[in-house]
Parts: sequence; structure tokens; C-alpha cells
Amino acid sequence: MGPGPRDSMRRAIPFRCMHRDCPRTTMKARTKRMILALVAVGGVAVGTTLILRAFKNNLVFYYTPTQVAEGKAPRHSVYRIGGLVEKGTIKRDGLKTSFTVTDLKTAMRVHYTGILPDLFRAGQGIVVEGRAGPTGIFMAKQVLAKHSATYMPPEVAASLKKHAEFAKQAQLAQSR
Amino acid sequence: MNFFHKYSSPKHFYPLAGRLIPWFGAITAVLMMVGLYWGLVIAPPDYQQGDSYRIMFVHVPSAWMSLFVYVVMAVGAAISFIWNIKLADVLAASSAPLGASFTLIALVTGSLWGKPMWGTWWVWDARLTSELILFFLYVGYMALRASIDDPRRAGQSSAILAMVGIVNIPIIHFSVDWWHTLHQPASVMKLGAPTIYITMLIPLIIMAIAFQMFYFTVLLVRMRNEILEREKHTGWVADIVDGRG
Repeated sequence: MGPGPRDSMRRAIPFRCMHRDCPRTTMKARTKRMILALVAVGGVAVGTTLILRAFKNNLVFYYTPTQVAEGKAPRHSVYRIGGLVEKGTIKRDGLKTSFTVTDLKTAMRVHYTGILPDLFRAGQGIVVEGRAGPTGIFMAKQVLAKHSATYMPPEVAASLKKHAEFAKQAQLAQSR
Repeated sequence: MNFFHKYSSPKHFYPLAGRLIPWFGAITAVLMMVGLYWGLVIAPPDYQQGDSYRIMFVHVPSAWMSLFVYVVMAVGAAISFIWNIKLADVLAASSAPLGASFTLIALVTGSLWGKPMWGTWWVWDARLTSELILFFLYVGYMALRASIDDPRRAGQSSAILAMVGIVNIPIIHFSVDWWHTLHQPASVMKLGAPTIYITMLIPLIIMAIAFQMFYFTVLLVRMRNEILEREKHTGWVADIVDGRG
């Protein structure tokens, strides 16, 4: 900071009302600035909340198959659906792939021609972009893999799977 | 309280920062080497992503820092705006380019990760878009400062932008919970146990601390420069220049 008045650092400047008859207010400049800051941040926070609420439907990256079934997705334009690739539904024929995307409540059949991302596999979370065909089959233009927030070494994943299968068999044996 | 009083004056902060820089720098170097070696060499590959997930050891700490630095900057701006503490404005001004860099690193590494894993460099989902807005907030803050010559007025005007922009921080953090996004939800910064296996979590934490220390080191260097620039007409800076300080 250059040479110049530095008194504002130490001394609070008393607020003076410009009206002649106004009784002198003793609100400090600091308090005024504090109120201004709170009002500015609060105002923007409220405004942003309202905007985000108003555009709630435009902010989602994808719809779930259940939302599509409920008619919440745009029927006549391109949109995205997200869910898990259902096990045992993947059929490949060259570059043509068809599979079922499920949110464990509703399932949707998807047709896609093109290269799939590395993570595409049964049970994987994916997002597909396209539009629903006349027969209710979703014609995808792009398939994106949505990787999970779980990270572990392959051995751990294998042993977890083994334990899960073991538990399943034990359960099965018990129920017999 | 006396400690804060003394060291919030640029004259006393300057030598204190100078003494701290080598320590922070050394800690940064050690943690960065240990963290990178552990993360890139020792840590096991991921069961799904193979070795590609290792970009996480740079991506995640920079993304955390992009938020942390903004909070520091906004708090500094608020203190300087309300209480007129010069050093707080120096803190905010010096943090902005660092925060912008962390944000850019997070965006670029995320994009490089996204191409092989998701199948795309970029999507306009809520997490990616709000992080991009954070980058623009940093850049806007720096541009606003640079456009006003008087540092006092520049500090006051840009402080309002910095304070108001804090609204974006919870949006970035909770975007993955509030809306369906392509970006996966949090693995560490959430209630409950992390969903990262311990042998991968430890190097990630080391890298996070290394990034934090790196920020403090460079921040102190930048703050010292900023102080010298602003106080160049004062006697104590003249003493330093003449070798008497």
C-alpha cells in the first residue's frame, strides 16, 4: 500500500446521516460493511438456490428408466438414461450391441452401434444418450461408463466375490 | 491475541514468512516424493480401472485444494473487507492464482481420466460444470483486481466477488448427491467409511497433505512478494533493499 491515510485501519468512522434533523447514528463503518457482506452473500445464496430449484429438471445428467416410464423424460428429443447393465442381457453382433439398462425397478432395452468404453460390462453403471424408438427400444448414440466410487485391488475384489458366493451357497444350503 | 496482532502487520509477517518457507518447502518435497512413489509404484492396481486410476493421486488432491483455497481466499477477502486488515487482502490476492492452478489441474487430469474410463473428455454434468465455474470465479477475481490500479480499492471491490462466490463451494461438493451426474459420488469426503481400499487411501492422504504443504509454501513466497510491492515506499522495505533489514 502506498503512502496515504491509513487511519481507517485503526479508527472507526462514525456514520453521519446527511439529513439535517436526523439524530446522529453511531453505527460504525465496520458494522455497515459487515451487514453489506452478509446481505450480499445471503442474497446470492438465496438467488442461486431459487435458480437451481427452478431448473432442477434441466440439471440432471440422466433419467432413470423408472422416471422414463413415469413420463418425466422428454419424449421427442434426445435425452440420457442411466442405470446398471443387467446381467445376461448383452447381445453382440459386430459393432451392434443390445442390452438392458435397469435401475432395479424398471428396465429398458437399448440398441447401440459403435465402440463401447472399456468399463462397459454386465453390472456396470452406465449412461446412454439417444432417443426412444417407436417400439419402446432406446436407440443410443453414445454410451458412457459411470465408474463407481469404490477402489480396491483385484485380489480383494476376487476374495469379496468368493465370500459373497460362499455366503449365498451357505444361505441356499440352510434354506433347503 | 498479541501474536496475531503483531504478525498481522506486513512488517513483522515478512520475516516470519521468510523463516517458515524452507520448512514448508522441505516437508512438501519429502511428502510429494513419498506420496508419488507410493501411489504410482507401490499401490496395487484397481480391480476395474487397472492402472488408469492412479491419476487420482493428482486429480483428487488438486480438486480438494481448489475448494480449500477458495474458502481461504473468501475468508481473507471478508476479513479485509470488514476489518480492513491489509494482510488478509494480501492473503486473498496471493491465493487466487494458486487456486486457479489447482482448479485447472483438477479439470485437465479429470478430462484425461474421463476419456478412457467414461468414454468422453467432457460432459456438462453438474460436478464438471460447477468446477468450471469455480475456475471462472478465480479468473474473474484476478481480472477484477488487475483492472483497478489502487490496491485498496481493488481489494474492496474484488472482496465482494470472492465472498459472493463462496456460494459455489457447497454446490460443487454436493452436486454429485443433489443431481444425477456422470461423475461418481465422494469416496473419502463423506459420512461413513471411505470406499477406497487402505493401500490406496494412504498414498492419497499423503498426496493431499503434500498438496496442502505446497500451497502454504508457495503462498508464503507470493505473500512476501506482494508485501514488498505494496510497501515499497516504506522505510522498512528500503532498509531491506539497502541491506540493513
